[in-house]
Amino acid sequence: MDEQVIRDVIFKTLRAIAPEVDPAALVPDEPLRNQVDLDSMDWLNFLVGLHQALKVDIPEGDYQKLYTLNHLMTYLRDRLSSRA
Amino acid sequence: MLEFRLPSLGADMDEGTLLEWHVRPGDVVKRGQVVVVVDTSKAAIEVECWEDGVVDRLVVDPGTTIPVGTVIALLRQPGETEEQAAHWKAEHPIAAPAPPSRAPTAVVSEPSPLPEERARRRVSPAARRHAEEKGIDLETVVGTGPQGAVTVENVERAAASAARAAVPDRAAEMRRTIAAAMARSKREIPHYYLATEIPLAAATRWLAGENERRPVTERLLMAVLFIKAVANALVKFPELNGFYRDGRFEPSPAVHVGVAISLRQGGLIAPALLDVNTKPPDQLMRELADLVKRARALSLKSSEFSLPTVTVTNLGDQGVESVYGVIYPPQVALIGFGRITERAWVADGSIQIVPVVTASLSADHRASDGHRGGLFLNELKALLQQPERL
Repeated sequence: MDEQVIRDVIFKTLRAIAPEVDPAALVPDEPLRNQVDLDSMDWLNFLVGLHQALKVDIPEGDYQKLYTLNHLMTYLRDRLSSRA
Repeated sequence: MLEFRLPSLGADMDEGTLLEWHVRPGDVVKRGQVVVVVDTSKAAIEVECWEDGVVDRLVVDPGTTIPVGTVIALLRQPGETEEQAAHWKAEHPIAAPAPPSRAPTAVVSEPSPLPEERARRRVSPAARRHAEEKGIDLETVVGTGPQGAVTVENVERAAASAARAAVPDRAAEMRRTIAAAMARSKREIPHYYLATEIPLAAATRWLAGENERRPVTERLLMAVLFIKAVANALVKFPELNGFYRDGRFEPSPAVHVGVAISLRQGGLIAPALLDVNTKPPDQLMRELADLVKRARALSLKSSEFSLPTVTVTNLGDQGVESVYGVIYPPQVALIGFGRITERAWVADGSIQIVPVVTASLSADHRASDGHRGGLFLNELKALLQQPERL
């Protein structure tokens, strides 16, 4: 899957939960949850949204690999390509 | 005949604006059905009817602001005929809804001119045309042109100010509502505060095991275990669950847990999860997710607003380590959970690294004492050591 498509899905899902987010203002290698106010319910809903849009299941044990947007991009790309 | 009245939707609400009816005359209403949507300073709330019946008449029109307790609809009871209903209505004329207690927001901030001044005021023809187009009453506009004449610019300003006043400032209203409830709480409720540290090794382990097996859509949050454990513990401590009203405490047989939910645009609301002690964690998780979603969209049901018998506030994993909450009147207790942190913990004679949460209790000293409050927190701690039994 195209990297830009994954990026778009991430931002669309994020905006559905935190409409105040400006994707352009997010620093890709800073922890996401330092930049966006997401509580544990928001975070879970974010992952559910990614799961529904990309059909990727994200085990709870992998949460720690998803600190930054860059981590998230890499993780999702790897999961999607390993499936293809 | 049943008189369906606007219910109170919390201690801080004394009126509401009817937004939309979900039923029409002749419709059958089942107990628990949402029949009308009412706007309060906090949210648009779906109001349920708690009786079975048939809608006879809708008394209040959408757009009307009415005090709590106003009859807004008449329902025929099961078995009641239209003839009997007509008879009843003839004997019980319904008064027109009382006017709202609050006057509409003033549109113009400048003082209005005296009548004589108004009589000989000058208005430019362009300004007059402009005022007609925009529906502005010229008598309310202060003129700043030559000899106090009303100019186009004056009309424009009045129109802009009217438009601003027409859109209620939800954030400011919510701030006022929270201020009223919290000020009343601190004025009336003699709070006492207790806290204890609760090790969560067992709960964390159990949750990780459960969530490993579950798809992302069915995972549980620690918050659900907290809420469930609080409800189970409250069953043994009825003096912390219920309402203090009219100078006495009324314990509640049901445990409806208000969950403090912060809103992105500022402010917070604490709608209830109902009958928490009787529901398994899976069901509570689904209901909590739904409640948070609807609270953020400001679309809640009246029972969720009027019924909480206790409140839980959970600062989650982004906040600080402890919270001492302000009780939401007429409730008598609030249980707070801080952030879960890893700490050095002594157990069985050795030091281990264990996830720990600080649980606090704010309670009303008119209804309970610190000794029992302490026992409650210890019961909560014990319940969270056996998560599989929650």
